[in-house]
Amino acid sequence: MTHPGEITRRQLLRRIGMTALAAGPGAGVLSACATAGTGGGEPAATPSTSLPASADPRNPFGVDAKKALEVVIFSGAYGDAYAKEVHEALYKQAFPGVTVTHTATQEIGTLLRPRLVGGDAPDVINNSGPKSMDLAALAAEGHLADLTPLFDAPSVDDPAKKVRDTVTPAVLANALVTGKNLVLNYTVSHRALWYNAKLFAAKGWKVPATWQEFTALGETAKKEGILLFAYPGQKGPYYQLWNVLYTAAKIGGNQVILDIDNLVDNAWTAEPMQRAVTVWVDVQTKYGDKAYFGLDHTQTQIKQLQNKVLFYPVGSWIENEMVKDIPDDFEYAIAPIPEVTGADKMPYGAIQVGVGENFVVAAKGENPQGGLEYLRIMLSKEGARRFTEKTKNVTVVNGAAEGVDLPAGLLSAARAQDKAGQNIITEARFEGWYKELFDYGTEQINVVMAGRITPAEFCARMQKKADDVKKDDAITKQTRSQ
Amino acid sequence: MERLRKYGFVAGFLAVPLTLYTVFVISPYAQAFQLSLTSWNGYSSIVRYVGLDNFGRLFGDEVFWRALRNHGILLLALPLTTIVIALFLAFLLNLGGGTRGAGMRGVWGSGFYRVVFFFPQVLAVAVVGVLFQAVYRPDEDGVINGVLARFGVAPVGWLTEPDLALWSIIAVMVWQAVGFYVVLFSAGMAAIPKDYFEAAALDGANRVRLFFSITLPLLRDTVQVGWIYLGIAAFDGFALIQVLAGEKGEPDGATTILPITIYNTAFSYQKVGYASAMGVALFFLTVTFAVLTLRTTRRERVEL
Repeated sequence: MTHPGEITRRQLLRRIGMTALAAGPGAGVLSACATAGTGGGEPAATPSTSLPASADPRNPFGVDAKKALEVVIFSGAYGDAYAKEVHEALYKQAFPGVTVTHTATQEIGTLLRPRLVGGDAPDVINNSGPKSMDLAALAAEGHLADLTPLFDAPSVDDPAKKVRDTVTPAVLANALVTGKNLVLNYTVSHRALWYNAKLFAAKGWKVPATWQEFTALGETAKKEGILLFAYPGQKGPYYQLWNVLYTAAKIGGNQVILDIDNLVDNAWTAEPMQRAVTVWVDVQTKYGDKAYFGLDHTQTQIKQLQNKVLFYPVGSWIENEMVKDIPDDFEYAIAPIPEVTGADKMPYGAIQVGVGENFVVAAKGENPQGGLEYLRIMLSKEGARRFTEKTKNVTVVNGAAEGVDLPAGLLSAARAQDKAGQNIITEARFEGWYKELFDYGTEQINVVMAGRITPAEFCARMQKKADDVKKDDAITKQTRSQ
Repeated sequence: MERLRKYGFVAGFLAVPLTLYTVFVISPYAQAFQLSLTSWNGYSSIVRYVGLDNFGRLFGDEVFWRALRNHGILLLALPLTTIVIALFLAFLLNLGGGTRGAGMRGVWGSGFYRVVFFFPQVLAVAVVGVLFQAVYRPDEDGVINGVLARFGVAPVGWLTEPDLALWSIIAVMVWQAVGFYVVLFSAGMAAIPKDYFEAAALDGANRVRLFFSITLPLLRDTVQVGWIYLGIAAFDGFALIQVLAGEKGEPDGATTILPITIYNTAFSYQKVGYASAMGVALFFLTVTFAVLTLRTTRRERVEL
């Protein structure tokens, strides 16, 4: 009988050799890891991501009903029932017997990045949420299917009309990633300041139209123990970054945001931006409460529902988000940003209306035709109307919300949009294009609002970061003209 | 035949763990080293080698240095505070009652305290995070601020004031760690022969003298192990800071540490190559710390 203690040094070495041999087959396991298979040279050519359109208006992409379709949905504020019970059901109805695989996740990038890199892409991806993927990087690798055939395809409801003519024009402007139509934005949201219409009615207060009225209301509210304004310093400081950017656009026009997105020199230090930061820091100092720097969005929103905060900078999804907690004496309504200088480029009433909620089709998936068809079904009147019913949010499809029983807040947003007419504040796209700059902004907005730096320092810091991004060759640059 | 049986037996046992170790530990390390020399963005099929550029950039990166500074503070404060508190409590629990009858005993009710001290160790880090969010809440609904409010003190932003935030987090880490080290040091103290204490007590040594002249020197090895564990823990803190302070180490990066910076750089900003370089730096920092600690605290063992 041998005893393990008898093993000599030489034997031990030999055994390591043996075990290395035994581990040999395991090396195959490694091929599934990050860098495996990515060490090759330049790819021969960018793969074609465009699909030919077929003649049949009911099946313009020539979908093969035998091919399965895989849909991955970000399960955030909208949930995933709208996909499962509406769009996927409609797809199955259109192609009887087809298999649809549904996956819901809150971590899109964590789940899908390895799958895309490994060549196992799902067909439809709802690229949203904090873990969403960098679309420019995906586009550079040819992972995203061209949506031009979708926009040019006949619409589900009226074959004589192209899809591009059934949606709000912002969809087409926002479809572009590095100059190609690659992403569909599905929802419309209205962003400005949100308040409790019932409280204002009960107190006989008027929604302030000028900054003087705004701060005067702040004094009145202060006497009643109500804060004029608060934003969540934890998890939601970007609400305030948006708010400041939109205020700057109101003062100086949309060009302010366009310049920032295009990384134009000194875009952040421009006068409207400086002014916007200054007036909001002033509001925070005089009528705010520093405790909110440590509260998250839910805590802050609950405080507003308790009438401890008058105005909250957010978008129209707020009503559905808080639907379970809204008390009887509370009714959400939107208030435009008050006139700041008296000579703002955009008149009072301008609000931000934007499209959001990204959907892309994988070019290298099993069934890109099915993916495009799925998006076409989403853009049908029925698909859009039932989305609105499920999520209480409107879609980009024209007239799809007609006849749907919309809640009060959403109606107030729709009326505000009517009043605003052409004075629509644009969205800041550097949020998706240059995440590093946006994240830095969400950090610095807390610093300036807390009074640890001056508004001028804030603008200078943001400009420096924007310059750094501009200089960084590793970051894909994008531009916009409208 | 016999040799084959012997080697086959050993190899059979080693194959599975070694494969697992290679796949899940060695290979990611190797890949991190490889990736740190590239500009890979996490999606690209072309991996471009950029030599040591990433490491060069580290030197000019403000966030990286801020993270390092925070590591420095953690590395000093966390082990020191935890060990001092744990030693004190362990001494009280085991020897603080003085000599009574045969041998030493702890203070009254020490069995109960032992369980209570260990409680935080049982809680998952995420639970601790959520718990302390309520404790540190910056308005009057917070546990601490609620108490302060009764005395008319304005609410304190425990996690939102840049000068306070890191210390608030260190306090949580200490609170969570102390229980384990009380148990560890208790075990160490139990191994010290009772005669030493009795002899010293006969010579008239009081409890303080007993602690510094008998307990501490004979506990040196255990304390050293504790120091290394805590040092390594100080390089982590990722989950707690994420839950308590925010995912960028708010406010103003006052609580940011390398793992958080690495995570954001790789997964939010798609700079996998650069993040890997930070990971490699972290690897060397941890190894250096462990080696240094072992070297400087090495001493002839006291034979019992």
